[in-house]
Amino acid sequence: MEYVIEMLGIRKEFPGIVANDNITLQLEKGEIHALLGENGAGKSTLMNVLFGLYQPEKGEIRVKGKSVKITNPNIANDLGIGMVHQHFMLVDPFTVTENIILGNEVTKGGKIDLKTAEKKVAEISEKYGLAVDPKAKIQDISVGMQQRVEILKTLYRGAEILIFDEPTAVLTPQEIHELIQIMKTLIKEGKSIILITHKLKEIMEVCDRVTVIRKGVGIGTVNVSETNPNELASLMVGREVTFKTEKIGANPKQDVLEINDLKVKDSRGLPAINGLNLTVKAGEIVGIAGVDGNGQTELIEAITGLRKTESGSIQLNGKEIRNFSPRKVTESGVSHIPQDRHKHGLVLDFPIGENMVLQTYYQKPFSKGGILNYKEIYKKAKGLIAEYDVRTPSEFTPARALSGGNQQKAIIGREVDRNPDLLIAAQPTRGLDVGAIEFIHKRLIEQRDNGKAVLLLSFELDEIMNVSDRIAVIYEGQIVAIVDPKETTEQELGLLMAGSTRKEAGE
Amino acid sequence: MKKRKFGLVLSLALAAGTILGACGNNDDKEEGTATEGEKESAFSVAMVTDVGGVDDKSFNQSAWEGIKAFGADNGLDQGKGGYDYLQSKSDADYATNLNKLAREDFSLIFGIGFKLKADVETISKQQTDVHFGIIDDVVEQPNVVSVLFKEQEAAFLAGVAAAKTTKTNHIGFIGGMESPVIERFEAGFLAGIQAVNPDIKVDVHYTGAFDKADLGKATAAQMYSSGADVIFHAAGGTGNGLFTEAKDLKKKDPAREIWAIGVDSDQSAEGIVEIDGKEHNVIITSAMKGVSHAVQDISKKSMDGNFPGGETIVYGLAEDGVSLAPINDEVTTKADIETAVKEWTEKIKNGDITVPGTIDELANFKAE
Amino acid sequence: MSSRMKNIIVPVLAVLLGIIVGTIIMLVTGYDAGAAFIALWDGAFGDIYYTGETIRQITPYILAGLAVGFAFKTGLFNIGVEGQLLVGWLAAVWVGVAFELPKVIHLPLAVLAAAVAGALWAFIPGLLKAKFRVHEVIVTIMMNYVALHVVNHVIRTVLSNKSDRTADIYASASLRSPFLEGLTDYSRLHWGIIVALICVIIMWFILEKTSRGYELKAVGFNQHASEYAGMNVKSNIILSMVISGAFAGLAGAMEGLGTFGYQSISGGFTGVGFDGIAVALLGGNTPIGIVLAAILFGSLKVGALNMPLEAGVPNELVDIIIALIVFFVAASYMIRIFIDRIGKKGAK
Repeated sequence: MEYVIEMLGIRKEFPGIVANDNITLQLEKGEIHALLGENGAGKSTLMNVLFGLYQPEKGEIRVKGKSVKITNPNIANDLGIGMVHQHFMLVDPFTVTENIILGNEVTKGGKIDLKTAEKKVAEISEKYGLAVDPKAKIQDISVGMQQRVEILKTLYRGAEILIFDEPTAVLTPQEIHELIQIMKTLIKEGKSIILITHKLKEIMEVCDRVTVIRKGVGIGTVNVSETNPNELASLMVGREVTFKTEKIGANPKQDVLEINDLKVKDSRGLPAINGLNLTVKAGEIVGIAGVDGNGQTELIEAITGLRKTESGSIQLNGKEIRNFSPRKVTESGVSHIPQDRHKHGLVLDFPIGENMVLQTYYQKPFSKGGILNYKEIYKKAKGLIAEYDVRTPSEFTPARALSGGNQQKAIIGREVDRNPDLLIAAQPTRGLDVGAIEFIHKRLIEQRDNGKAVLLLSFELDEIMNVSDRIAVIYEGQIVAIVDPKETTEQELGLLMAGSTRKEAGE
Repeated sequence: MKKRKFGLVLSLALAAGTILGACGNNDDKEEGTATEGEKESAFSVAMVTDVGGVDDKSFNQSAWEGIKAFGADNGLDQGKGGYDYLQSKSDADYATNLNKLAREDFSLIFGIGFKLKADVETISKQQTDVHFGIIDDVVEQPNVVSVLFKEQEAAFLAGVAAAKTTKTNHIGFIGGMESPVIERFEAGFLAGIQAVNPDIKVDVHYTGAFDKADLGKATAAQMYSSGADVIFHAAGGTGNGLFTEAKDLKKKDPAREIWAIGVDSDQSAEGIVEIDGKEHNVIITSAMKGVSHAVQDISKKSMDGNFPGGETIVYGLAEDGVSLAPINDEVTTKADIETAVKEWTEKIKNGDITVPGTIDELANFKAE
Repeated sequence: MSSRMKNIIVPVLAVLLGIIVGTIIMLVTGYDAGAAFIALWDGAFGDIYYTGETIRQITPYILAGLAVGFAFKTGLFNIGVEGQLLVGWLAAVWVGVAFELPKVIHLPLAVLAAAVAGALWAFIPGLLKAKFRVHEVIVTIMMNYVALHVVNHVIRTVLSNKSDRTADIYASASLRSPFLEGLTDYSRLHWGIIVALICVIIMWFILEKTSRGYELKAVGFNQHASEYAGMNVKSNIILSMVISGAFAGLAGAMEGLGTFGYQSISGGFTGVGFDGIAVALLGGNTPIGIVLAAILFGSLKVGALNMPLEAGVPNELVDIIIALIVFFVAASYMIRIFIDRIGKKGAK
């Protein structure tokens, strides 16, 4: 079998830790090869070694059978290795073509030869079915399109081997579907792909083989056709994992959150929520499904007091809380697991312990007469860290130093511990691995079983289908349908999210 | 160690003094007691600049040139035991610098500029065996000599020159920061103009700074464009902007009558502009303030054992403390100006007229 | 290497690099570097008088550094310390010359006036930042000029009769003390150093011990998370500027009630406020770090005055060496990368 890339027995150390230990990854020509592992397992380190950003302490890299030393990314480029980054490296006001040739400009008499470049970009785009307009500006195109520009960029530079770093994290279900088609086209045209992911479904759908790493150690490579998601998950996590979240039927009681005819404007002053009605009862989880940008963010900001609303009503336990300040909303009994844990959920430079009292630091016993009682704060934090299995060297470690999953566990611990009547969870599992996802889902369901109202916002249809008791589909600032997860399909939901009415979707 | 070195210098100086004395110069016979002789030979002098620094093209520089000249004349070396200066970077440094020099046993220490007044006053009380000089202000202490200038007298002559030069009967005055010294310049200048022609219009503007050439240029541009053809400045570094503007205008239109008058020292070198291979100079003259002369004069007196402690010495035209620089040859009325300047100089020296030193005095001033 | 160690090592390395490059420059230009540094040391500590002067110089540096550092902690860049210092100075001197009161009332009143004046001056950019998102850097720079000219005008027209300085303050408002002067051979050392050190403790206490300090820091690190957590971001921004301005105003009081005892009109800034930025930067915005950095800057400033006379090094060269140290501090990012490289190699 011909290997285009072989990474043999790679070991990479950082002061105090071994990030990669004896990992072997062999990429066949024309295959899609998944690199699977939990967050922090060492996937990125391994790819950075391949891309020339790190030098391995041990091991060998071969490209097309020849042993090579990749000491910087330029060498990787010359060897035909291209990386599609998770966080796009694009200049917003530039056009697609300008972005693609950036750093690689072809000049003609001192002037950049845009015409020729545009032609070439259009050719490549057509060949691989990317459908990108070379003259469009980055700021005007969708996230999915931007990702295609990143793919184009590597192809333009002659990449034979493409590394995709968690490419589906930012995409809608439809876009994911399209991306998979693109990847298949690339393979047909003779490219080879390494797909970094922790989403088992994608691996099963598109990949040929999968290499699993766990805690920096290579576990092995298996053929996708000979395995199943359960096996992959236990290889990755090192224990049995259940997917179908176990839960008993919901037992909804009185209304906790009642939203009527709510109107909210977005940051640009355009209507984002347009007469929205929604009810969440005690003892149920309501999932909000929708394509990003249909008012989900504004809805949650409106409930939690982070955004001023225009009109309508938001009632919590029968009391109006519309346009309350965030603190008053919190004190009324609302907890909020924010969508962006780095931006909203944590003060990353604070110790994780101090983050545990982010909303309650001014209350007794943490503060008396304006003076903080660190002993009480850290006592509380220590308890929560233990209870929610937050893995951190100590409660004094800065939140920044924790892995994403542990940061999220800390936030969930903090929010759930306040014992709210309403728990809002916005994308609570984004970017997390299977183990952490499982943990978080259990906690959400536990809250429901304790008679709390839970409002779940997620762009992962799986999650919505699995966890929710009712699904509210949001489209252009309105709830357009309420469906029962047991009676619907992803297909139907996808169409509803795209604006079809229930009837059309059913046909 | 320090003491021993000092002793060596002292004995060397003593030896030199004896040899010089032996050469038989009987000029200073009367004061030549033995102890005086010793003191005289070990004489050292230093100065502390204000924040303008020693290369300000104005009175700090002038004072330092005076001290250098004095040192050269008397065979002193720069450094401890000879002559030196310390530069101040902020107002807080004056006291430290003055103290430092006093501690290094300089015989005479000048504080250059009225900003040092308070610190000279304090430190002179503490270091009673050191002699101090303060320029442009008065400190009444037995070990301090205060040096004032009659800037108004030089400015008066500058005013005469300006009034005799202007064709538009419109003259400008650019001041630095408002202070008694600059007020003397202004009052004298206005009086000089008035003495020649009371109908001449004069624009007066204070820029508020001594180190903002850009402000000087902008102010000058405004004055020239409103019809003034002669501008005098008493604004230190700010005045350099005046010269730049005058030269720029001259370059644009060589036929136009554009004139400036310098201050403190003969600034004629700043006014040279080359147009079509021909050299022009836009500076008529400068109102010179003899800081250099005064510093040398007092150093000399002090070395000779005649330190005028507790006195306030006022240097005017009569004492050669202030003067007017030579008149530019390009000025068509040069002869006329020179005659008038000579005439007024005599009157001032004789005490026939008293040039006003403040704006209030100017109101009561009558030439003739 | 732990980040704490790095926070200590980086500034120390910056200072060392500044000295090394300064030495090279002196050697290349033909000056005796050894003598120059000895002169620098002697000029700062060689005599009890100089030590007194050095401590006097350190005093406003500590306060200016606290002002910048406190705002930094809350994510604000207060470049207006210079202007707040000037209005604080003016307020202190104004109270100092306007009344004659018993010392126990007069001195605290003058000090307080300075703090309030500085706080008010900083309140304006704080308010504009909080309400209209006007960047505080721009506003504070402009406020510096406004302060300079307003202060000059008040000195000229209100506090004196067209003179270039105010009268001396009454002794009852002065921080000067014959005891300290006697102790240090007539230096201008005054009780302000005690005020400065108290302020160091106040800053530490506010930031580390109070729930308000917790909020201020949270807002500084992450406004979004603070808002999410129910903190009032706007009022914290304003409060941070006000406290910062109060420190700056006190720095002015040190000059007005201690070093000078009067205020004179000035064509330019004192520079203390701007040096405060470097002090805060070098001190890592921590109270104790700011004290150490202020000691360094104060010693350099006073010691440098001795270099021309004692070692014949021109003033310009002294300025270059100080600038180099500041440069290396500001470029500490470079040093950090360098340390990381070394660390990596060491681990191999």
